[in-house]
Amino acid sequence: MPAEPPIESPESLAHAYDLLSSGDAWRPIAGGTDLMVQITGELGPPPERVLDLWRLDELRGIAHESDALVLGALTTYTDLRRSDVCQEHLPALVAAAATIGAAQIQNRGTIGGNIVNASPAGDTLPVLLATDAEIVLGSVSGERTVAAADFWTGYRQTARRPDELVVRVRIPVSPGRQVRFRKVGTRRAQAISKIVIALSWRPDAGVWRDVRVALGSIAATPVRARETERVLEGAAAGSESADRGAATIAQEIHPIDDVRSTADYRRVVTARVLHRLLREAGGW
Amino acid sequence: MTYRFTVNGADVALDVPGMRRLLDALREDLGLTGTKEGCGEGECGACSVLIDGEVVDSCLVPVSQVDGTSVMTVEGLASDAGMDAIQEAFLVHGGAQCGICTPGMLMAARAYIDQGGAPVDEDIREAIAGNLCRCTGYTKIIDAIAAAAAAQPV
Amino acid sequence: MRVGIAKAFPLRREGPAKLTGTALYTDDLVFPGAWYGQTIRSTVAHGQLLGIELDPAFDWSRVVVLTAADLPGENVVSLIKDDQPILVADEIRHQAEPVALLAAPDRETLREAKQRIHLRTADLPAVFDPLEATQEFAHFALAKGDVEAGLAEAELVIEGTYRVGHQEQLYIENNAMIAVPRPDGGMAIHGSMQCPYYIHAALKRALRLTDSQAVIIQAETGGGFGGKEEYPSIIAIHAALLAQRVGKPVRMIYDRHEDLAATTKRHPAIVKHRTGVTRDGRLVAMDIEVVMDGGAYCTLTPVVLSRGTLHAGGPYSCPNVRVVGRAVATNTPPNGAFRGFGAPQTEFAVEMQVNRIAEALGMSPLELRRRWVYQLGDETPSGQILRESVAGAEVLERAAEAAEYERIRSQTAHAREERSASAAPSSVAQLTSGAERTARGIGIALAWHGAGFTGSGEVKLASVASLELTADGRIVVLTGSTEMGQGTKTIFPQLAAEQLGIDESSVEMAPQDTSIVPDSGPTVASRTAMVVGGLVIQAATRMRETVEASTGRAFADSYAEYAGAHGGLRVDQQFEAYPNVKFDDETYRGDAYPVYGWACAVAEVDVDLDTGETQVRSIVSANDIGKVIHPVLAEGQVEGGTLQGVGYATIEEIKLVDGRYLNDRLATYLIPTALDAPRIEAILVENPFSGAPHGAKGVGELPMDVPAAAVVAAIHDATGAWIHDLPASPERVIAALHGIAPPPLPGISTISPRSVAPAPSADDAGAPEEGLDPQPEARTDPQPMRGPYQE
Repeated sequence: MPAEPPIESPESLAHAYDLLSSGDAWRPIAGGTDLMVQITGELGPPPERVLDLWRLDELRGIAHESDALVLGALTTYTDLRRSDVCQEHLPALVAAAATIGAAQIQNRGTIGGNIVNASPAGDTLPVLLATDAEIVLGSVSGERTVAAADFWTGYRQTARRPDELVVRVRIPVSPGRQVRFRKVGTRRAQAISKIVIALSWRPDAGVWRDVRVALGSIAATPVRARETERVLEGAAAGSESADRGAATIAQEIHPIDDVRSTADYRRVVTARVLHRLLREAGGW
Repeated sequence: MTYRFTVNGADVALDVPGMRRLLDALREDLGLTGTKEGCGEGECGACSVLIDGEVVDSCLVPVSQVDGTSVMTVEGLASDAGMDAIQEAFLVHGGAQCGICTPGMLMAARAYIDQGGAPVDEDIREAIAGNLCRCTGYTKIIDAIAAAAAAQPV
Repeated sequence: MRVGIAKAFPLRREGPAKLTGTALYTDDLVFPGAWYGQTIRSTVAHGQLLGIELDPAFDWSRVVVLTAADLPGENVVSLIKDDQPILVADEIRHQAEPVALLAAPDRETLREAKQRIHLRTADLPAVFDPLEATQEFAHFALAKGDVEAGLAEAELVIEGTYRVGHQEQLYIENNAMIAVPRPDGGMAIHGSMQCPYYIHAALKRALRLTDSQAVIIQAETGGGFGGKEEYPSIIAIHAALLAQRVGKPVRMIYDRHEDLAATTKRHPAIVKHRTGVTRDGRLVAMDIEVVMDGGAYCTLTPVVLSRGTLHAGGPYSCPNVRVVGRAVATNTPPNGAFRGFGAPQTEFAVEMQVNRIAEALGMSPLELRRRWVYQLGDETPSGQILRESVAGAEVLERAAEAAEYERIRSQTAHAREERSASAAPSSVAQLTSGAERTARGIGIALAWHGAGFTGSGEVKLASVASLELTADGRIVVLTGSTEMGQGTKTIFPQLAAEQLGIDESSVEMAPQDTSIVPDSGPTVASRTAMVVGGLVIQAATRMRETVEASTGRAFADSYAEYAGAHGGLRVDQQFEAYPNVKFDDETYRGDAYPVYGWACAVAEVDVDLDTGETQVRSIVSANDIGKVIHPVLAEGQVEGGTLQGVGYATIEEIKLVDGRYLNDRLATYLIPTALDAPRIEAILVENPFSGAPHGAKGVGELPMDVPAAAVVAAIHDATGAWIHDLPASPERVIAALHGIAPPPLPGISTISPRSVAPAPSADDAGAPEEGLDPQPEARTDPQPMRGPYQE
């Protein structure tokens, strides 16, 4: 039986904000699929106190508002998979959710938790980076928005202040924008990714525009492969640009050897997977 | 704090720390030892239960979050009439060997079938992908779930 | 879907209890007032234990701490060699070695106390590579004919080195024991186990108890696979020592992290082959060297090496064979029993050789095996003539046919040719995708598996199984053989009932409690149905004869009356040596096993050419098990063993750093999920063994010997790449195909870069031990395994 730190379960967001601004150290918990493992596994001292977000219906909901998908922080992966709105406007995010854990984890894990846990291997995070998502933080002082590109600041570090909660994420979507996702894990379910990539672009008469290439599991945070994006930006979709993109990404990233995989594998296979996504997108 | 919920249809009021794992509350505070701990990290699914009909790993759920919900464990599957259709199918098809994964596996199967799951191999595999079994190779588990799903009235 | 199986074969006896959650596994048992126990473990691979420090700020009167100095008996875990201590006395030989035991009345206190114990150690040089190890646990040699002459005569000699790493049994129920002091000064042990009498022997010695003072009771056991053969003795002793001191029951329930970090694994092995053949496909010579890594202590290593050595030539008739096997010590946690017990390692290697030779000769791997497989009357490398029940050829044909091996192989060969023809130059190919994303492959492997214990093992065990007709007319099977999912509790009543002519529901199984049941030998080596089942049948036969002779009527109609009149009847049946089975343990010549089982697997895979990932689509496994006692249970063994072999081949991997397992959580030690598992078709073949009353030869381990080589052959068929090391991970596949650096060799620890501490000077005497302990985390964190869950 693991440690059982004290927990408080506010019934309203306002109450949650009050507790967070009290000066005590609170560790928020959403579905618990990350936090509970950290406590059970004794991966560091248990939190002093835990703030239970589960009753905050204000943090739930999936909406499509003009040009954006808006997901409450407590949207679970199952919610994403069952959402017609998400399937229609951002199937890549649904695809990402389907690769996380298995049914039990998907029923409880939340997008807000994925964002705040800030694992470099968080599977939805490359999709958020590749779609220029905006993360909305709330506190007693009100709400503020941080671009996904600015949110993950270091290994398991975020721009969230201790008195803030991630309230929702706003993802621009448009009919013209294409997004693709691929995860490579050791097995087909219940696997932390070795390689995870999201690719987004706007096709424009056979040319890649507004290219985003986002990666997890190859740095301390999820990252954009900006040199690779520059190489693809404005290029004609085809084998030549795909070859250049693959060569560039292999140079640009600096993955490591770890328990799951090797640096060389990650480097080479990231390039191969990018090349495959470009090939499939380009239809050649 | 006292947390109130139902377990297998019966009302429960537990005055325990809110961060107690639902798994420990079930096994130790309520004496329902049918739900098992295989890893404590949400990887093996041996601790699977249903919360409001959805399958979850009870080792990852703090009791504070089941307040107001209905929880179902393996002990809730059978009735006075005997084992339910999924349990019978497991018995007949050889879906249980050592039995330690079985309660969690049954709960995942129960959620799948209750949600209209079909006797389709790949879909069943996905539904139980969060339940590790080391004994069976999954073959007879899938046979059992497929049989139970096929026998469901449409 | 089977119709009517409930009528033909009994349903699992303890099935309803398992299905309704009422079966009681160790952690489900409640003993009021029980304390909780914990093991404090080393954090260095090899070192001097200088001291165990208890933080004076903690109130130690609330807990019990035991060290080697507190042991009532010998500091030995009794097994083959007396080299493994119960607790470290002065020399630590591996990471996670037990150094101290802690017990507390509640888990909060235990958790706190655990933080307040520090081990002071000084590093000693550690050995991690078995090829550099100098301490040997065992060696064996087999020789037939003249291998050097044979190799010289051969037209082609193929060499190969194959390496396999650790594999974890991964029973879903962790190791667990509860020790309960008895009023007679003895100790009862309730626990998860395969072999109650192994624990009985070890416990008596460690606590200096008599036979009746030590009572071992198996709880429902959630999987074993060999991982609960010998290891449980250690936890049982630990729990018992604490319980003895506390005077109350003590629960030692491992969590998954501790179980992965500290308990036995499959022996890593390095197997070198030189095989001589003629160009028209005749097998002329096999020269084989086997090196196994036993870890730090002997445990069962000599027996694992023995089986590995005896099976190393595979199921093939060869005139000139030399097999030399040795098992050595490294500073890693001791390795132990795991399904197959040495054979999966060496049979992987020989099947790789055969498949590579088929490629070199341009022959079908199926056809080559047809020519080489043992036939009735052939002689093995130990000089055994295979006199009966030889079915390698039969399982080969059955599997190949069911899997449509040749038809699919010609398709995959054609597809592979087309791919090579259109492949991009390698300078570009490494980083780019090809026209096709996946490639299909098919592979085949064949194996034999000696049934029962090697050589005179079974005679030495002298197992007993008993059948009792009680005075009130109940029939009870009494055996120390345990149920761990394989079906012991179902087939023993079935076998007895068949002999007695009654319904199996009338036959009970006594609980596996050493104060009630005799020692039927360990539940290992696939001997339960074959050997002990045979004893049950013989006992039942004798019981039936006795009753029928007395009553003059059929047993079924008269046994109740007989019981009433005679006050019951007990028949004890002891194992008698199989006739004409002779083996010399000294020279390793003769009949190594009374008979062999035979298996063939055909695996179909899809390899993702972008990533090197292998999806095993299907496996057909044909197994000759002598006699199918219960088809559902037998298929269950084939299906389960096959998937464990698939995991061994693809995703089960342990990396080590500084002699410590990096993969020590379920998030990092991965076994196949239902989505990873192939469709498995089990084909059961019967070639009965004349020495067993029912003809059974064992089914538990045989299926494990074939899947890995079949999968790796299929990967080769799909990609053209031969992977010599297991697992054939995507990293190894991409390395083989595209020239990147492969991952480290399996089973061998790497060493982390560490700053070297300054040597202490003379006037440091009495000063804090900074300089003596260059690994700072050992001072603050006696539990070494916190690190690796990280991304």
